[in-house]
Amino acid sequence: MGTEHLSKQYDNDLETLRSGVLQMGGLVEAQIRGAIDAFAHGNQDLIDQVIANEARVNEYEVRIDDDCSHIIVKRQPAASDLRLIMAISKTVTDLERIGDEAQKIARMSRQIHERGHADLHRFATVRHAADIALSMLRQALDAFARLDAADAASIIRQDVAIDTEFRSILRQLITFMMEDPRTISTALEIVWIAKAIERIGDHAKNIAEDVIYIVKGTDVRHTAVEVVEREALG
Amino acid sequence: MNAAVLQPVEQALTQKIQVKDLNFYYGKFQALKNINLDIPDRKVTAFIGPSGCGKSTLLRTFNRMYALYPNQEAKGEILLDGENILGPGQDLNRLRAKVGMVFQKPTPFPMSIHDNIAFGVRLYESLSPREMDERVEWALRKAALWDEVKGKLRQSGTSLSGGQQQRLCIARAIAVRPEVLLLDEPASALDPISTGRIEELVHELKADYTIVIVTHNMQQAARVSDYTAYMYLGDLVEFGVTDEVFIKPKKKETEDYITGRFG
Repeated sequence: MGTEHLSKQYDNDLETLRSGVLQMGGLVEAQIRGAIDAFAHGNQDLIDQVIANEARVNEYEVRIDDDCSHIIVKRQPAASDLRLIMAISKTVTDLERIGDEAQKIARMSRQIHERGHADLHRFATVRHAADIALSMLRQALDAFARLDAADAASIIRQDVAIDTEFRSILRQLITFMMEDPRTISTALEIVWIAKAIERIGDHAKNIAEDVIYIVKGTDVRHTAVEVVEREALG
Repeated sequence: MNAAVLQPVEQALTQKIQVKDLNFYYGKFQALKNINLDIPDRKVTAFIGPSGCGKSTLLRTFNRMYALYPNQEAKGEILLDGENILGPGQDLNRLRAKVGMVFQKPTPFPMSIHDNIAFGVRLYESLSPREMDERVEWALRKAALWDEVKGKLRQSGTSLSGGQQQRLCIARAIAVRPEVLLLDEPASALDPISTGRIEELVHELKADYTIVIVTHNMQQAARVSDYTAYMYLGDLVEFGVTDEVFIKPKKKETEDYITGRFG
């Protein structure tokens, strides 16, 4: 990549595609932030907004996938162009799933706040895990924008941190539930929220792997972190 | 550019043609520069590159087609099953029976479909009329043309459609039972359906023949070939497994060409 195509229109089409992914990524980031704020404060308007915005995320996915099909049929892309389009099609699927998770968090937050167990909902560990997930997503989108394989590889290691947070949240919630069985319903909803955050981390990791595929042409899915780093830096 | 022999990654392939330090000159103009390349047996190898890169020149060295023209000279070695075909005393007729060629434009002889095929066979073998008929049918079947022409073998070859004429030329090349088939843009003058038939044919023929194809159509190279060589200005830039060349080329020059960034 870098140098331009003979066809300016081809360059424009690819640029539109890339900026579409980044816009969709920005929207999805805002969705997670909104959902986590809603979880912390129970703001009903925010919850409604996150749920309503999910339709926009879906529209992005459908539109970008459609644009990919058009480029494939018009240009028969090869090499890095082909890898970019393949990866974009996968990336928008991951972004859409992140959107679903954000919506899930918003719905759970509504139930928690309607029930009113104030002690549990300010669960700081959940917020911390959400911050890691958000930062992974932001970094994955940056790596995508700059086509930076080394940066993408560093995201993959962070996924381990989220998994650790998730297990720690689970342990704490089990303690709460044993101490006071009245918290069980809310605690289970928080488990779902934590699980949603953990899934967001997984999707951000997938996007990072897509970036490595675009830049290096190596499929690093289902490989050890060390191998990924070697491929990305090599 | 590439002093070392570029070989496809897969090992344990028999090499049908080995090109060693090949330089080619049109008078003073050097059209091929120190080419080293192994063509695997019973596989399809495609040569791609912009006009004037030397891909057709390289193809034409494999049966010494250039020897028909004055002031054209090849230096180096081209080993066909280990025997240097550029060496003195090479029997060109025997070589061209082993290494058949089909050109961009269909070139049927102005004679019947049957005789188009029998003509070449008669130069190398003396067959009885019955044996010759069998050979003609065999070649036409191999070239996927038999069903379309079996009722009109005595009609002129030039009465066929462009796509049929090209398959007739392939049948004519196959009829002398070559080992290598050189195809110089065999489908560039054909419509998509005829092109599809030729590509299907290439796919079937590689079970028996080593095929080398020159094409301007990169998608065609991606579809029909097992190995692809990218050439530029007389250099062999990259040679490798076709899918790898088109998904993850090793050289930036190759990447630029196949993605349309070549300016």
